[in-house]
Amino acid sequence: MRMLLVLCRLAWRYLWRNHRRTIVMLGAIAVGAWAMIFMTALTRGMVDQMVADGISVIPGHVQVHNPDYLDDPSISNRIAMTDEELTQRFGDAGFKAWASRVRVPAVITSERESRGVTLLGIDPEAEREFSFVDYDDVDGRFLESPDDNGVVIGAKLANTLETEVGKRVVLMSQDPDNEIADRGFRVVGLFHANMETYEETYAFIGKRTAQKMLRIGDTTTEIVFLGDDYRNVEPIYEKVVAAVDDTVKVSRWNEVDTYLGTMLGMMDGFMLIWVIVIFLALSFGLVNTLVMAVFERIREIGLMLALGMKPAMILGQIIIESMMLLAVGLFIGDVLAFATVKPLEGGIDISVVAKGMEMFGASSVLYPKLYLDDVILANVVVLFLGFLASLSPAWRASRYEPVEAITKVG
Amino acid sequence: MNIVLRLAWRNLWRHARRTWLTIGAMVFSNTLLVFMISIQFSMYGLMIDNTLQVFSGHMQVQAPGYKDDQKMRQVVPDVQPLAARLRDELDSETIAARGWAFGLASSADRSYGVGIYGVEPEFEANVSNIPGLIEDGRYLEQNDAMEIVIGTMLARNLRIGVGGELTILGSGVDGSFAAAVVNVVGIFESGVKEIDRNIAEMPLAAFQEVFYMNGAGHQVVIMAPTLSEAPGLKTKVEAIVPAGLVVHDWDALQPGLKQAIQADMSSAFFMYGILVILVAFSVLNTQLMSVLERTHEFGVVMALGMKPGRLGRLVMLETALMGLLGFMLGAIAGALFTYWFSVNGLSYPGMEEMAANFNLPGRVYPEVTLLKTAFGPFVVFLFTLLAAVYPAWRLRRLHPVEAMRAN
Repeated sequence: MRMLLVLCRLAWRYLWRNHRRTIVMLGAIAVGAWAMIFMTALTRGMVDQMVADGISVIPGHVQVHNPDYLDDPSISNRIAMTDEELTQRFGDAGFKAWASRVRVPAVITSERESRGVTLLGIDPEAEREFSFVDYDDVDGRFLESPDDNGVVIGAKLANTLETEVGKRVVLMSQDPDNEIADRGFRVVGLFHANMETYEETYAFIGKRTAQKMLRIGDTTTEIVFLGDDYRNVEPIYEKVVAAVDDTVKVSRWNEVDTYLGTMLGMMDGFMLIWVIVIFLALSFGLVNTLVMAVFERIREIGLMLALGMKPAMILGQIIIESMMLLAVGLFIGDVLAFATVKPLEGGIDISVVAKGMEMFGASSVLYPKLYLDDVILANVVVLFLGFLASLSPAWRASRYEPVEAITKVG
Repeated sequence: MNIVLRLAWRNLWRHARRTWLTIGAMVFSNTLLVFMISIQFSMYGLMIDNTLQVFSGHMQVQAPGYKDDQKMRQVVPDVQPLAARLRDELDSETIAARGWAFGLASSADRSYGVGIYGVEPEFEANVSNIPGLIEDGRYLEQNDAMEIVIGTMLARNLRIGVGGELTILGSGVDGSFAAAVVNVVGIFESGVKEIDRNIAEMPLAAFQEVFYMNGAGHQVVIMAPTLSEAPGLKTKVEAIVPAGLVVHDWDALQPGLKQAIQADMSSAFFMYGILVILVAFSVLNTQLMSVLERTHEFGVVMALGMKPGRLGRLVMLETALMGLLGFMLGAIAGALFTYWFSVNGLSYPGMEEMAANFNLPGRVYPEVTLLKTAFGPFVVFLFTLLAAVYPAWRLRRLHPVEAMRAN
């Protein structure tokens, strides 16, 4: 133990013997560590936001459908359970949030234009958690109850349809017998969304109003559930599966939205690759520094060996030196990353490329997010690989023949 | 060989291991840069080509405001004669007229809202890849036939096949009720969900009849021989089209495309920048060491009358030689690496899902070009030189006597 302490002190002093070299190397490690963490924070922030915008809203973490609905989203493929049965099954089961709704493709027509929309018949209270719409930030008002007679559409769609709050539009879809089901609605509210496509895609009406219009009694087409963490939906998935029979299909969000699901997996992989690439770029400098450090004190090493120091001690001392260098560099990098990410957590406005980000499925404000796990991963990977990289120079140093080393001319 | 050059070369190999490690850092970064840049720009090229080939073309003639609102009444009057005139005056076949309307398509079992293009069957294949993607049946032939082709997913959702009948309901250009019964003659598959689920095409003359267009349409699509010739062609087109119409080029039509590329590019260049900086640190370290350990030696040659400026140039020359080695080895390694993928193609797990979102094939064959190969290594080379400035500059303050006392 005392020996270890001595080795550490020795290593620390050696490090500062050539302070310029150490400072340059620390700079490189710090920049590398900063870049790893900063980039990771940006990517995490983007993916989290994509999931928040794309999954936690509308689709939910776990969904229940008629087995045929996903392939053929028609009103004919409804869930065979009535609202009453659903409340019995899920009402007190302790989900963070759940809602059943009617979701069908429809056509919306103003006196000027018509467009295709996804019609959502919802219970506004139950859907509060799922909605990307802030109920209080709607021009006009949001739906007030499942029996509400109005329709709420996106501001962008209203613009295309040349309609506004207070005007009438016609919604057209089909009933289970493929008869056209249509009804006039007054536009009661216009919502705003992070992504323009949402404003063009969704039209909200009351759930019971939708059920009446589509002549489907009190059945629905979709039940959605929200858990605490989108990365771990298994607990609620199993809970839902246990509560239903096989007349319905239960799916996790990443099975329905394969793009986002894949993105998430890819980002994790990409992050690891990025950390490793940076480390490799650093490793050349690290090994170089160690080789130089050993080279310029070959004679001392020879002397120590001659005085009876064990080769293992030399090996240990050089590895400790390398680890110290990395640790200090990483620490500076971590602090830098923290100092740069924190002020940006309020969001970076990248609306100049808003349309492009929409293609990725991301919104135009980026909220970098520092996860402890990511910081630990970056640091551990660097330390571990750094350890491996310093093995060879350290090994060579410990294998010197004392006499040869002492007489070597630097 | 010049004596300074020889001196520099020999100095490099005094510490062969150190030099190779530094060059190794360059080669690593350069190989990566060449590969990444080649892949990246191949992807962008594919993304642009594939996206524009679907509907937008390189440019379109439209009514002002149509691009943003796509309202039925924002029309291009006499659209077919205009397209014919453009074809004639520009001596190009890759020009076609279109109309677009939204309608409710109903089969016996199902109804879905769809976007319906009215196209010139004869010319559409020159500006769009949809006619070539027919999976079942055939593409449109007669300009006035009551026919329609639809996407695979739409066909499945409507439960209809070739030979089936669809009822189209919509509103005409004047807001009046428009309805027609059309025959499904073909089904296309583009691989892009949004298109396969939401799009139908019918002949332009029939389209004009159904939606009371009175000879008008909504766009004339123009393809230039290559993307880079588009701006020149646009000027010519602008000179021909009558007043009251506008010509939009592809990045106005597809603002998302350019921005997605920009967003991707900025994150990529951030990463490249970090790699380059790390190499620069490596070089700085090596050159600083090599200068410091030669302090004594430099003192001697200065005492013998060598000017500090010349010593500085020597250090820069050493760096340049090292950088050049890194440049060449890295560029060659990068080009070979990329070439392997240009033959075998690159694919990674999850790429297909990504690709479908961006109109890309599931496998990318990057192209090896001189520019893409040289660009990254060249920047690394510049930064290598830059990193050696400080060590070289330190020499100017070197005092011969003090220097000789060192070590």
